[in-house]
Amino acid sequence: MRTSVVKLFVLAVLAFAALLAGGCSSASAVRVRPWQRAALADETMNPDRDPLGTAMIDHVYFSREAASGGRGVGGSGCGCN
Amino acid sequence: MVKLQTRLCQLSSGAILAACAAFFAPGLRAQTVPGASFPPLASAGLAGGTLPDTAGKVVLVDFWASWCAPCKASFPAYSRLQSEYADRGLAIVAVSVDDTPAAYSAFVAKLKPSFVTVHDAGHALVAEVQVPTMPTSYLMDRAGKVRYMHAGFHGDQTLRELRREIEVLLAERAPAP
Repeated sequence: MRTSVVKLFVLAVLAFAALLAGGCSSASAVRVRPWQRAALADETMNPDRDPLGTAMIDHVYFSREAASGGRGVGGSGCGCN
Repeated sequence: MVKLQTRLCQLSSGAILAACAAFFAPGLRAQTVPGASFPPLASAGLAGGTLPDTAGKVVLVDFWASWCAPCKASFPAYSRLQSEYADRGLAIVAVSVDDTPAAYSAFVAKLKPSFVTVHDAGHALVAEVQVPTMPTSYLMDRAGKVRYMHAGFHGDQTLRELRREIEVLLAERAPAP
């Protein structure tokens, strides 16, 4: 009886450890479902919504880093299609 | 003392296992795929429109949202399908997953679709179906079984595929009552 209880306890602790280890990658914990992306699809989530602002940021980046580009991802966060 | 320790062990084990089950259960819900039965629309708590009589019909259920650009592109295509196949037994039901009734109503008022639109305000149906992306459409045969699924809307390509699949399903006989 005692042995089985200890086994159950060990099993529960292992399951809890797996939960903690997989917590960050678990689909149920962090994944925004396709039908929950209304806020992500909003225009304000689009980093390229202001062409003048983007050009100025690019200019500052180029002046500081002597490099440009790397801004190839367009659109907001709808994730549609 | 040993008895108390045993009891505490049992209680804590139960609590931990219950927490694990509650944590993982939502992620384990299965997607609705071809071959499966589609959840009944009538009991899904859909608002904003009247469901058509789908008994013995080929049914196209489309999940859309007003914030989803391909969904907007799909509406004229579904209107064409509705006008072409409604007389032969096709019913189209477009289910909105918008967060607010206002967003749903504004989109419908702007696009004026010729097919039925309803609002899944509580996300109960879409969560049960587990759509993989927006939009996603499911084509059911006359017996109510999901036969085809389209994740996303890719313009004329999707429309061509839908036409071919609808023709196949319409040619099939309705099951005996």
